Amino acid sequence: MYEELADEGFTVITVGIERSPEDARPWIEKASPKHPSLIDIEHLVPDLYGMINVPTVVWIDEEGRIARPNDASFASNRFKLLTGLDSKRHLRRLRAWVRGDAPALTPSEVRKHQDLPTAAEQEARAEFTLAWWLSREGHDDDAERHYERAGELAPHDITIRRGSMRTRGLNPMGLAFLKIAIKSALTRTPLYRRIEDSPA
Amino acid sequence: MPTLTLLHDGRVDEISVADLARPTISPEQVESLLGWELKPEGLCQGYMCIPVDQDDLVREDGLDLRVLADALQRPLVTEEKHAVASLGASHHDRAEALDSLDAPDFTLPDLAGNLHSLSDERGKKVLLVAYASW
Repeated sequence: MYEELADEGFTVITVGIERSPEDARPWIEKASPKHPSLIDIEHLVPDLYGMINVPTVVWIDEEGRIARPNDASFASNRFKLLTGLDSKRHLRRLRAWVRGDAPALTPSEVRKHQDLPTAAEQEARAEFTLAWWLSREGHDDDAERHYERAGELAPHDITIRRGSMRTRGLNPMGLAFLKIAIKSALTRTPLYRRIEDSPA
Repeated sequence: MPTLTLLHDGRVDEISVADLARPTISPEQVESLLGWELKPEGLCQGYMCIPVDQDDLVREDGLDLRVLADALQRPLVTEEKHAVASLGASHHDRAEALDSLDAPDFTLPDLAGNLHSLSDERGKKVLLVAYASW
């Protein structure tokens, strides 16, 4: 995708929401991308953009304006059955926007699709920052209270809940995540927030 | 005086506090670390001021950190045992920034430790992709 459109005034910036650069290294080295591939161990980008899960993509235009806000989108259809997300549709739309064949969203549509952060979500992020600092200082037992509290404040924030599992000795592919997924299904709170728009 | 580690705005700073259970911060540090100046009309950034009840805010040994956080509408969470506090971003500030539709700028390292900013790519269309291995 990047290779195809790099000459058309387009770039990709990937941001790995990880505990350390080492967690992202195998992924980045395998893809050996020519675009910036960044590591965000403090969850700065989720905080600035109000992201509550990954993968999340944002389209940003030449003037640095948000052309399409947070949208769940995978690079391939590997997880389509699980997530119900069709990556092909997103790529088609993206290609048309980059080439100038189709507009992104109007400013009022962008605003309509934005989930602006709440006080509870920001408090959860502050708790996560505290917990993560305590973990790195070796105070895992005390960190746990703050991870728990962050999860209570923003139970739908998967970047916090699943993103902290390895640090806390839990398996993000295992039962702990399955519980979150089941709860989300029961409460009809989608794990992946996507923008519903007309077929491209 | 004990020291409190203050996590804020992606930074780690140390402030001296008289009482860890009710931490205070000096007006000078409020200005240098958080960018707010205490004036008779309230907490100010340039010409913009937030009115505050100075009887609550100003204590003998500095400004009450909790009252300050409330006035700025920023979440403050603490772990007294390890003398550390985390001052999060105000949801009003974050919401206002997103509602302006200006993509928030950030600077982060790549695997080699080289720093990149979103604003480096001004003039190009950007697909920002947040992902994780978990």
